[in-house]
Amino acid sequence: MLSLPNLASDLGAVWLTFKLATVTTLILLLIGTPIAWWLARTRSWWKGPVGAVVALPIVLPPTVIGFYLLLVMGPNGPVGQFTQWAGIGLLPFTFWGLVVASVFYSMPFVVQPIQNAFEAIGERPLEAAATLRASPLDAFFSVALPLARPGFLTATILGFAHTVGEFGVVLMIGGNIPGATRVVSVQIYDHVEALEYGQAHWLAGAMMAFSFLVLLALYTLTGKRRP
Amino acid sequence: MSIRAQFLLNHPGFALDVDLDLPGSGVSAVFGHSGCGKTTLLRCIAGLERGAGRLDVNGETWQDDARFLPTHQRPLGYVFQDARLFAHLDVARNLDFGCRRCNGAAAVKRDAIVDLLGLGPLLDRLPERLSGGEQQRVAIARALLTAPRLLLMDEPLASLDHARKQEFLPWLERLRDELDIPLIYVSHAPDEVARLADHIVVMEAGRAVAQGPLAETLARIDLPIRLGEDAGAVFAARVAERDAEWHLARVEFDGGELWVRDSGVPVGRRVRVRILARDVSIASSRHDDVSIMNLLPATVIAHAGEDHPSAVLVQLRIGATTLLARLTRRSAQRLGLAPGREVWVQIKAVALIG
Repeated sequence: MLSLPNLASDLGAVWLTFKLATVTTLILLLIGTPIAWWLARTRSWWKGPVGAVVALPIVLPPTVIGFYLLLVMGPNGPVGQFTQWAGIGLLPFTFWGLVVASVFYSMPFVVQPIQNAFEAIGERPLEAAATLRASPLDAFFSVALPLARPGFLTATILGFAHTVGEFGVVLMIGGNIPGATRVVSVQIYDHVEALEYGQAHWLAGAMMAFSFLVLLALYTLTGKRRP
Repeated sequence: MSIRAQFLLNHPGFALDVDLDLPGSGVSAVFGHSGCGKTTLLRCIAGLERGAGRLDVNGETWQDDARFLPTHQRPLGYVFQDARLFAHLDVARNLDFGCRRCNGAAAVKRDAIVDLLGLGPLLDRLPERLSGGEQQRVAIARALLTAPRLLLMDEPLASLDHARKQEFLPWLERLRDELDIPLIYVSHAPDEVARLADHIVVMEAGRAVAQGPLAETLARIDLPIRLGEDAGAVFAARVAERDAEWHLARVEFDGGELWVRDSGVPVGRRVRVRILARDVSIASSRHDDVSIMNLLPATVIAHAGEDHPSAVLVQLRIGATTLLARLTRRSAQRLGLAPGREVWVQIKAVALIG
C-alpha cells in the first residue's frame, strides 16, 4: 500500500541532494578543467599516475574513499588539523565535508569526458589560433573551450547525476544529519530501515525517473552531435 | 629586403639543417619530396617548432640565440595543408578571428579580400558545409586578414583533386599579383612551383640542396633535383600575336619566339612558358620536313647524366634563355654534343602557365 510522502523531511533531503550535486559539479568543472587540459596535453611521466588517481573512484568501493577521507579530515588528520587551525572546525559530518568527499568521488566522471574532448581537438586548431595572433590563454577560451562543449555537457550531466546517486561516501563522511548531510539516498535507507516502504517508494521511484531522464538527455544530446 | 632563415633541429630519425636566403618579396617555393623537411622548415619559421638558429624577416629578428618570438607574436599568416578552420565558427567569424586580434590593421581590406577570394556567398556557412577548395580559400583569407608581413603556405592544394586544383590555382596567381606580401610556398608538385614561384629552394633529407631564382635553378643540370619526368625549363615570355585561322598564338621570349596553342590570352600579356626536357629533341641541322612547329637554333652549354644510365640531360642556350633537353646517351654521342656546339632544337610541346 502506498502512503503519502513525508513532505517536510523528504523535500529537505531532495533540496539538500540538489544543492550538494550543484555545488560539487560547479567545483568539479572549475578544478577538473585544468586537470583535464593538463592530462590531455602533457607528455610528462606524471600523466599516468595522475590519471590513475583521478580514476580511482571508478573502481574503489565508496566506503574506502569515505574511510580515508574521514581519517584525513578528522581531528588527527592533516586536513583536519589545518581546518581547525584555520578556524573552520572539522569537516566530517558537515555539508562542506560532503562536498569535499563528493568532489573526489565524482572527479573521474567530470575529468574524463573533458579530457577526451580536449584530446579529440588536438594541437591543430590551437596552432591555427596561434598563427592568428591568439595567445595560449586566448586560444584556450576562444577555441578549445567552445570546441570541447559536448565534452563539458557530458561532464556536467555525469558529475551531477553521479553525485546525486552516491550513498556509501555520504554515510561514511556525512552520517545522517537532517538538513546538513541527509541526502535522498540516505533518506531512502532510513525509510526502508523503518519499514516505511511506501515512503521509500516515492523517493526511490523519483530517483529512478530522474536518472533515466538524465541519461536519456545525455544520449540524445551527444548522439545528435555524432550521427 | 630579405628573409634569412637558419635552423638546426634534431628529431629522432630526422634532422633539419638549413641556411636560407630568400628574397623579401614575391613567391619562394620550397620544393622536395614528402619527408624532406619542408613542413618542418615552415613550422620553424612560424615558431610552431623550436630549432636552434636565427630568423630575420625584412629587417626584424624573430629568432636568434637570445630571443624566440612565440608564434602569436609573429606577424605572419599560415595556411595549413588541412585548412584548419574553426569548426564552431561560421566563415565570417573565422575571418574575424584573426582580424580582431591585430587591432583591425586589415579591417579596411576585408571587403577587398573577401572579394578577391570570392567568399561573399559563403560568409554565413559553417566550415563543414564547405568544399575542400572553399575551405582553403577561407583559410587564405583568414591568414591575410591578420595583415601578415610574411605568408606561409603548406601545400594548400594537396587535399584537392585535379579539377579543384585547376580551379584554385588562378586564385593563388591573383593573390601573388595583387598583394605585396612575401610568400613561402611549400610544395612537392613541380607544376605548381613552375607556375607560381619566383624563387625556389630544393630540399632533400632536411637540407637545402639548391636555392636561387626559379628559371636559373630549374635549368641547372649539376643538381640532384630529382624531377625525373618533370625536369624542364621555365621562363618569361609575352604574347605577340594571335592567329585566328589556326588558333595559335606567337609568344616572344628573350632569344626567340614560339608558336603555341591559343588559349585566349590577350596580345601583350606576360606569360610563363614551361618546356619539359622530355619534349625537346636536338638535330645537328635544320629540318623543315617535320611536324614540329618550333625549331630554334641553340648552343650546347653542358650535359650531365640522368637517373637512368641510358639518358643524359643537355643544357642549351637560346639567346638569354636556358633550355633543357633529355636525350639518350647514344644520341648525344652520335650528334657529338659538346659544350659550344651549335644545334637546332625541336620543341614538341610548350605550356603557357600563369
